[in-house]
Amino acid sequence: MASSPLPLLRVGSAAGFSGDRVDAAGPVVQALADSGGPSVLIFETLAERTLALAQLARRQDPNAGYEPLLDLMLRPVLGPCLEAGIRIVSNFGAAHPMGAARRIQSLARALGLRVPRIAVIEGDDLSDPAHLPLLMRALGEAIPHAPLVSANAYLGAEAIAGALRAGAEIVVAGRVADPSLTVGPALAHYGWASDDWDRIARATMAGHLLECGAQVTGGYFADPGYKDVPDLAHVGYPIAEIDANGDCVITKPAGTGGCVDERTVKEQLLYEVHDPAAYLTPDVVADLTHARVDALGPDRVWLTGVRGHPRPTHLKVNACFENGWLAEGEISYAGPRAEARARLAADILRQRLAGLGALRFDLIGVASLFADDDGRWLAAQPPGEARDVRLRVALNHADRRAADALTREVTALYTCGPAGGGGVRTSLRPRLGTASCLVPREAVPARFVMVDEGGAA
Amino acid sequence: MKDTVQVPLYRLAHGRTGDKGDRSNISVIAWNPTLWPILVEQLTEGAVAERFAHRRPSTVKRYLLPELQAMNFVLDHVLDGGVNDALNLDTHGKSLAFWLLDLPVNVPVELLPHLAGPAPSAS
Repeated sequence: MASSPLPLLRVGSAAGFSGDRVDAAGPVVQALADSGGPSVLIFETLAERTLALAQLARRQDPNAGYEPLLDLMLRPVLGPCLEAGIRIVSNFGAAHPMGAARRIQSLARALGLRVPRIAVIEGDDLSDPAHLPLLMRALGEAIPHAPLVSANAYLGAEAIAGALRAGAEIVVAGRVADPSLTVGPALAHYGWASDDWDRIARATMAGHLLECGAQVTGGYFADPGYKDVPDLAHVGYPIAEIDANGDCVITKPAGTGGCVDERTVKEQLLYEVHDPAAYLTPDVVADLTHARVDALGPDRVWLTGVRGHPRPTHLKVNACFENGWLAEGEISYAGPRAEARARLAADILRQRLAGLGALRFDLIGVASLFADDDGRWLAAQPPGEARDVRLRVALNHADRRAADALTREVTALYTCGPAGGGGVRTSLRPRLGTASCLVPREAVPARFVMVDEGGAA
Repeated sequence: MKDTVQVPLYRLAHGRTGDKGDRSNISVIAWNPTLWPILVEQLTEGAVAERFAHRRPSTVKRYLLPELQAMNFVLDHVLDGGVNDALNLDTHGKSLAFWLLDLPVNVPVELLPHLAGPAPSAS
């Protein structure tokens, strides 16, 4: 070979959901900078319904609609990333990628930094009237009978890779498939063909391991006595070292808490996977059938054996719509006969709220999370002698005022219910529903746009 | 008939729940390769469906990953509508892996040293 092999690509994760820790990125950026090689920092901040919440925020304020924590997340690391040449790729644009890009520009100015070259990814938002016929056709019988809040296609990695090749230092996306945040940089760095399914599948699973932040480094894992995790309070976020074949080593910054071992990697590898032979993304169909997970040393685990098959012809679309109101109320009982008093309170609520709709009751401390909405589980629990019980009742209703009857009846238990009830909390919140469908890839072209320094595209 | 001891599944395996819509997936991962055949034999689709009967799963599908000594269960319609409609505090069903991990499993006595957790008592 005339040319020397490309240096290893490192991709560090700084967030795994909207609302994740804003101090996670610091040690990751430090580790990436210390490595001296090409590296990328990703923030994954979009769960299934986050985008709908962002659309609602943008309706209230035309400048909003991107990740609310954007400022807090980027402020500590923007300067160090620009200095070390660490590129940033994220879906924190949510419902307003251009708004996020402008915010990053003004943040850079406020911090006395040069304004970075930013690209935004467009094409995922299908909520405008022009896309309605496509959406209606694709949803078919799943068409919601309520106002649409958001509709977004899960875009793939190609536009991200294009933006990076064009020199973007920061790529701001809305809805892209989570692993594509990692596949984009790998495509741009290694120059793989767009049908190099095996390599793209391997990078996809690297991205999958990164996309939930600390969930692969000991977060969401600890179970005292069975799965002990050192210094979980200071858990380090993951870094994937992706080689030219797409295989990766998962590790974390030195000096941070948590752990990376075969167990943490296996749990996250299968997280939200259905058929392991066909993990579908816009970029590839990844096949974990022969995946191997091997510890290479402390906090270093190697993922190999992933294979790829041609990408799906269709893209997944998530549509969110208004879905009535969720009313909840809680009250606690403690001491002798606490459980009997909580059960009596539930009986009172059943009578007072009869006809309003299906009620769910939980006896927190006795039976709650494992139970079912229809109450089969709770009914099967014989009355016991629990001495610290929190009664919870919940209801969905299309009408806000009707739903509010629940919160008032729970509050009334203070004076009208069993003895010694305390700590009433109630909430009444609008609900969002989601429906998914598939649209032909050609109907949803993705593109990147470089943002000029003034802020306009 | 070999001598066996009944222990909870969490002595043999760990796992994690994920969700998409009204579908839950639960991974079950052997602590030790020697325990894998017991999981394959006893942790059947039927056993898991029975375990979650109160959630009325429409289907339970098991996928085996022998190289990882792991299996993945996909349970449809166990989340009461999931994050859209469920009234459960845990609309994602994130706690459900621990309901499965409490399932009683029969383990041959010679494999007891491979179990996770406290050493078995002498009795």
